[in-house]
Amino acid sequence: MKYTLEIAVAAIIIIFAAVFLVQNAAIQANLGEGEEAWGGADGGAAELIESSGYEPWTKPLWEPPSGEIESLFFSLQAAIGAIIIGYFFGYWRGSRKTA
Amino acid sequence: MHIMEGFLPSPWWEIWFAVSIPFILIGLYQMNRLVKENRETLPLLAVAGAFVFVLSSLKLPSVTGSCSHPTGTGLGAILFGPFIASVLGLIVLIYQALFLAHGGLTTLGANVFSMGIAGPVVAYLIYKAGTKAGINTYVTVFLAAALADLFTYVVTSVQLALAFPGEAGFFTAFQAFAAIFAVTQVPLAIVEGAVIALVFKYIVQLKPEILTKLNLLSEKTIRTLQEAAA
Repeated sequence: MKYTLEIAVAAIIIIFAAVFLVQNAAIQANLGEGEEAWGGADGGAAELIESSGYEPWTKPLWEPPSGEIESLFFSLQAAIGAIIIGYFFGYWRGSRKTA
Repeated sequence: MHIMEGFLPSPWWEIWFAVSIPFILIGLYQMNRLVKENRETLPLLAVAGAFVFVLSSLKLPSVTGSCSHPTGTGLGAILFGPFIASVLGLIVLIYQALFLAHGGLTTLGANVFSMGIAGPVVAYLIYKAGTKAGINTYVTVFLAAALADLFTYVVTSVQLALAFPGEAGFFTAFQAFAAIFAVTQVPLAIVEGAVIALVFKYIVQLKPEILTKLNLLSEKTIRTLQEAAA
């Protein structure tokens, strides 16, 4: 069974995506005007804390000025990681082939 | 799982720094020794760190209508132990605190504890126990990575509940935070476990000699695994 694990992982990801689509349809149908679903869990916890009257005592030194710039840094983060992983896996693969 | 900047009042942020710093110091020491004695583990170390980078940059939607991200620390913990994994976690958390305003510098200690220490310790223990019990290697890796991810978020909920017990007390507060973090995390933890198990398979195929050198798998197990994939 050469690809059992690959098939299992693909199946898990497909189920995950399907659950998201179903859930999203249900949430979008019940969403009020101007509301937005799928925010971050971090923000959800922050809201819960702030609702008790707590004020954060300090602020981040620098915040990405917009959502777009925030995604820039997230994609940079992913790209840096992906380059390293791809480089070494490719290197190992190549050196096994020539060995 | 980030606790945002300024969201932990004194003395909690100092306490979590105090708890995390020894782990980081041991991690730095171990990492230094590992790289000196065993130069060829350096690429694998980079790959383990890169996994934390990639996985923690993916904000995935989850069942509860909110988004959260996997942690990716399980791989590093399995390969190099929880201390070195905590250093890898720290690097990513500093990046996110500085460039993304996710997490923060004052809450760094708490975030390092949940993502870099608590999760990896769980992954490490599960991997050791599973290997000893003779459970299939990939199932063990899956369980270790998935439960490490989940436990990270449980710990974040505990940290917040300790700092903000409200009037109803710690346990009610914990349930409220866990509802936000841990429940959202269950499907993500499953996906993360599966992906890391797959990566582990590729490491077994491509660089098995490092795994025996790190005392993770015996040569016999590796041969069985490689034959199964041939």
